[in-house]
Amino acid sequence: MQLAKVIGDVVITRKDENLTGIALLVVQPIGADGAASGRALVAVDSVGAGVGETVFVVRGKEAMFPWYPTEVPADAGIVGIVDRWDIG
Amino acid sequence: MQMARVVGTVVATQKNRTFEGAKLLLVQPLTLDDQARGTALLAIDTLGAGVHEKVLIVMEGRAAGEALGRTLAPVDAAVVGIIDTVDVVQE
Repeated sequence: MQLAKVIGDVVITRKDENLTGIALLVVQPIGADGAASGRALVAVDSVGAGVGETVFVVRGKEAMFPWYPTEVPADAGIVGIVDRWDIG
Repeated sequence: MQMARVVGTVVATQKNRTFEGAKLLLVQPLTLDDQARGTALLAIDTLGAGVHEKVLIVMEGRAAGEALGRTLAPVDAAVVGIIDTVDVVQE
């Protein structure tokens, strides 16, 4: 999983029916120092995250597991909202 | 699998329920000569790895789910070992 900041949302009307009712958010991956790292991407949200929050994002088909057995066509998903992280 | 250094811990209250009770570590992938490589990532830990320890991580969904021992967990990285030593013979 990767740390990421939610920086926006995406509205789509015509879509795969298995995406119905699922929020799509734009997330910017960040490093341990909180700085942006790599390209922003769109992730399905299963935890109710909002713009400005720090979250963690899972990549791959595991992104659809929160909706099992519905096969959500997604390759990135927000699976947790970060309260804080501590660097040792 | 990859070698990585545990650099921190992550606290998240609101998360997928399959994560409950599992520890989330921030780990920095390493090269063979212990240099940081790429961006730090989050890995599930069930072994009790601590900050500064060198660990072996899997970065693939099915393997990570196996390590967590829960089916349908939306995870893609997990600590599967704490490294004691690595010996590489340079040709």
